[in-house]
Amino acid sequence: MSEAVLGTRIALVGNPNSGKTALFNALTGARQKVANYPGVTVERKEGVVLTPGGRRVSVLDLPGTYSLRARSPDEAVTRDVVLGRLAGESLPEILVCVADATNLRLVLRLALELKSVGRPMVLALNMFDIAERQGIRIDLKGLSGALGVPVVTTVAVRKRGLNDLLSQVDALAAGQGATASLWHEPTAVELRQAHREAERIMRTYVKPPLRPDTWTGRLDGLLLHPVVGTAILMLILFLMFQAVFSWATPVMDLIDAGFTWLGQAVAHYMPPGLLQSFIADGLIAGVGSVVVFLPQILILFFFIILLEDFGYMARAAFLMDRLMGVAGLHGRAFIPLLSSFACAIPGIMSARVIDNKRDRLTTILVAPLTTCSARIPVYTLIIAAFIPHRTVWGFANLQGLVMFGLYAAGISSALIVAFIVRKLIWRSASEPFLIELPAYKVPDPKNVARGVLLRGQIFLKRAGTIIASMMVLIWFLSSFPAAPAGASGPAIDYSFAGMIGHFIHPLLAPIGFTWQMAVALIPGMAAREVAVGALGTVYAVSGAGGGGMLAATLAHQWPLATALSFLAWYVFAPQCMSTLAVVRRETGGWLWPVVMFSYMLALAYVAAFIVFHTAALLAA
Amino acid sequence: MRHFQRLSELRKGDRGLIKGIAPEGHDGPGEIGHDELERRLLEMGFVEGARFHVLHEGLVGRDPIALRLDDMRVALRRREARAILIERDTTP
Repeated sequence: MSEAVLGTRIALVGNPNSGKTALFNALTGARQKVANYPGVTVERKEGVVLTPGGRRVSVLDLPGTYSLRARSPDEAVTRDVVLGRLAGESLPEILVCVADATNLRLVLRLALELKSVGRPMVLALNMFDIAERQGIRIDLKGLSGALGVPVVTTVAVRKRGLNDLLSQVDALAAGQGATASLWHEPTAVELRQAHREAERIMRTYVKPPLRPDTWTGRLDGLLLHPVVGTAILMLILFLMFQAVFSWATPVMDLIDAGFTWLGQAVAHYMPPGLLQSFIADGLIAGVGSVVVFLPQILILFFFIILLEDFGYMARAAFLMDRLMGVAGLHGRAFIPLLSSFACAIPGIMSARVIDNKRDRLTTILVAPLTTCSARIPVYTLIIAAFIPHRTVWGFANLQGLVMFGLYAAGISSALIVAFIVRKLIWRSASEPFLIELPAYKVPDPKNVARGVLLRGQIFLKRAGTIIASMMVLIWFLSSFPAAPAGASGPAIDYSFAGMIGHFIHPLLAPIGFTWQMAVALIPGMAAREVAVGALGTVYAVSGAGGGGMLAATLAHQWPLATALSFLAWYVFAPQCMSTLAVVRRETGGWLWPVVMFSYMLALAYVAAFIVFHTAALLAA
Repeated sequence: MRHFQRLSELRKGDRGLIKGIAPEGHDGPGEIGHDELERRLLEMGFVEGARFHVLHEGLVGRDPIALRLDDMRVALRRREARAILIERDTTP
């Protein structure tokens, strides 16, 4: 292949829900690369496709937008790429405007706006099969003439029309190049003009559906019903959590066993010493403790992507908007907070769907308060050790009740903190809630699978980089300096972590923590559940015998007030370096991670203090 | 100029025609301001002459509202709906 035809770059631009990503997947198949745009954490998806003309084309999937006037970081990327303003990103030679053929009104206006950029462009009427089924008649020639760009029809999920689209790309690439961009931010007057123009084109070349989609209206009658719809949303959430926690468990146990085995194998075949400890306790145990959450993350994203593709997420935002609004949050904050129940990291990353910076920051700040799954091992250990297995009120299990209470404490504190931030600190009305409710569509299994796998890959990549390096740091702190010869206590006691633990213990004594707990909190910074293993280490009990032995030791060593205080601490404490690292990346600085760390620490301390002293008083 | 009703005053089942965008008191601290709100509403299709039908209301305070706007569906809060001038169909 010659160099001359190698570099053609096209970018897909379109409204949200236009099937743009499905078209991208259909075009590029498995040949895609996902990265971040430099400086921002907006995902950059690029793939390669070969045209009928033998041209190697790189395809960029840009975030969906209604306009080039960007409002969110995602939309800013679309604008900057299209206008060639993004540093390190070369200007795409050809724009592909992707439209939902059943919903053309807004995209026609966007297409007119895109034309002013001066790039050669082709309009792809996607989901054309649905338009045909509904009896929408589109005069393609007329439409193409009116817009002054070639128009093709595609059905991304059936891979139909892809060759037509690529042939047009060939033709455009061979034709005259770009003209100077005349784009500027349209004023309200210009927007109205463009709308009138789009409206005129619509009336002339698009005949309304003979058999309009009635399913969306009928489903909305149920799903948006104030009472029934809310009940269905709760049911969906309930099922989701059931799935996340019960389906994932066997696989998680398997992964856990696998990493334990790997660690033991290394310990067995390598001479004992620093390198062995580094690989087995630092790397393998560290990465393992994060990878173990992969099944939960995959299941969670399976549901989120399924609901998103079905068109339900906008409805969930509609139903939750007012409730979230009470706490000063935006309806769209619902999805990030939901994801945070599995892990705050995907939750914080998905806060990108929120346009307004303050709304987004508030959501990011409170996301780690929702009970992520890394807290579960800690909760389970303490509950098993201290809360009697007893039935209360005739039906409820006391242990389950405490677990529920911890979840409730997490979510309500998230809402209260959001309320305080939005109402007292940033005293301003929040971002307008203005969203399109897309027509319901049957999700395409291949696209759902690809989306889920992509999330898994991104998570693993992070586990392999940021999180692993954090783990190694924590391992270093817990292993150096080594215990002196003939030392009686556990080795961690003599390490930096031990020193820090002893040093901070006086601060933690008022909340009833023992020095062993203070020491365990240091490795617990790597990930919350690591504290369980660390407690095992400091109390010199093998973690291999399951939690049972450790639970028995703790039940013997700690007063109940201490145990409850520890639980209260874990509801709030910023015990997760990875979360802080992700917040730094998402917010572009250390300010917000520091704010988050400080406020969560303060909350944890106050909560543990109150719980400890109340419990001690009641016990006395 | 005629006095138009605002979209925020309508209830489920009401239909009518969009007559204009006139933000009022949407420029408090931290808010996006009148010009920006007007443009966003326009970009979402709230343009003079568009037909609408209020389909659903939220649980708390009947807020937000979901409507059919020409051939698409949109949801917004009553607060933003207050910026939209409408003419309600009198015959059901």
